Amino acid sequence: MEPQQLSMFLRLNEVKGELPSRHWRELPQRYRLEASFCPKCSITYFPPREFCPECGSRELERRKLPHRGKLVTYTVMYTPPKGFELYVPYIVGLVRLEDGTYITAQITDVDPQELDLDIDVEAVIRKIGEKGRDGPIYYSYKFRPAVLNGGSTET
Amino acid sequence: MKRKVAVIGVGMVKVDHHWSESLRSLFTKAALNALEDAGIPKVEALYVGNMSAGQFNNQENIAPLLADSLGFNSIPSIRVEEGCSSGAAALYMGLKDVASGMHDIVMVGGVEKMMDTTTNDATFIISTVTDQEYEAFTGLSLAGINAMVMRLYMKRFGVKRESFAKFVVQMHDNASKNPYAQFPFKISLEKALNSVPVADPIHLMDCAPIGDGAAALILCPADKAKEFVSDCVEIAGAWKANDTFLFHMRKDFLTLKATVEASRNAYEMAKITPEDIDVAEVHDSFSIAGFLAIEDLGFARKGEAWKAVEEGLISLEGEIPINPSGGLKARGHPIGATGIYQAAEIVLQLRGEAGKRQVPDAQVGITHNTSGFGTSAIVHVFKAK
Repeated sequence: MEPQQLSMFLRLNEVKGELPSRHWRELPQRYRLEASFCPKCSITYFPPREFCPECGSRELERRKLPHRGKLVTYTVMYTPPKGFELYVPYIVGLVRLEDGTYITAQITDVDPQELDLDIDVEAVIRKIGEKGRDGPIYYSYKFRPAVLNGGSTET
Repeated sequence: MKRKVAVIGVGMVKVDHHWSESLRSLFTKAALNALEDAGIPKVEALYVGNMSAGQFNNQENIAPLLADSLGFNSIPSIRVEEGCSSGAAALYMGLKDVASGMHDIVMVGGVEKMMDTTTNDATFIISTVTDQEYEAFTGLSLAGINAMVMRLYMKRFGVKRESFAKFVVQMHDNASKNPYAQFPFKISLEKALNSVPVADPIHLMDCAPIGDGAAALILCPADKAKEFVSDCVEIAGAWKANDTFLFHMRKDFLTLKATVEASRNAYEMAKITPEDIDVAEVHDSFSIAGFLAIEDLGFARKGEAWKAVEEGLISLEGEIPINPSGGLKARGHPIGATGIYQAAEIVLQLRGEAGKRQVPDAQVGITHNTSGFGTSAIVHVFKAK
């Protein structure tokens, strides 16, 4: 689709004052865990950056993050921000992926009392929320306690 | 600083659920109190800290609105937004204005009218100080980030929830002596420990409340201060430092680098060390944030804030009294006004006018106001003259 057509398409599909482009433009990160990597400094940035703040290089490579890591810490949310009322209680955690990159994500498929720090977790695609009754459903990465033993799932 | 700057007036309203007050009436009352305190009718410029009148009150463009409400239609008025540290940011800008020589008599203020929204709306609005695309979109609130840090901190240093609850009890003790506090009453350790979870391990009593408030200060060059008042307080140092915007990019999750850097530079500017400080108002939006502030400002070693709390070092008679006002926890946290409330408290302390919560012989005081989870920190150093 041409940019002009796309813009018209997005405007026609406007839902309650917010354009879906806000979610749509993040899809490479949310569906595929795309990060940027500076080959000079060997640093991975998630979310991707326009340049490497360490060396100033704009020559960054796109790279997919590994899907497995360890749970560094987490919280169980009881008082949610507006829009998350139906999901309470839910868990949000900080995950250290196998390559050392950190990511903030919901932790799913587990009861809070079964959870512990430093457990192995793996990425899955799950519903995050929706925009109103007739609005789009948003999907993104979440992490769950690792189901498969052994073997890195690094892509 | 090119020239020294003094505070010659402070004004506040009680932090509260002000159902019958508006954004403008709250600010106007605090501003008039500050003018009255300084004994002057008007100022040359106005800086006002406010986090989110647009979201809380559907009102933007509030600097001219508030100047108009004060009858100051012809002066430059500017709103300063820096999330939860909007108040300190307004002071920082007003300080630069006077220090540069551009204006002599400047008002810096802060106001937040939060009670026009529900708790979930307010939680969402407060979470807009975090990264919308990579933090808030997961359903994480600001309490949630603090909770993740608290869990890690408790495990790393073997600190129990009781220690955090003792900090909360101390804040309420102090607030019980502060007529401007939202919660001017004491609470028991049992009550501080047993409340509903908000973002586990953070419970309701670990959190600063939602409330309405406004406060204002009048600044002028230090060499002119005696023309207006007999007991002025000098601002001897000020610094703002930032950290990574996303929490997960930090190298150390248990230290607020912004606080460390802002305080180090502000202390250096004021030629002081943490040992010289007699009283501090710190950003305890959550009890864990209070612990990190005590450590990162140089009052306790990392992981040992609990000792300062349990040994009474932070009490009004202790070695380093923290938050005589009751802090964000019990004085209240009307977001964009908080940094100005902190400064007003320190000015009253250094003037010896803090009533029942007076810290004995306070000569040097600091304020510490942060935004997000330490995405930035602003530290001001005040000295009695």
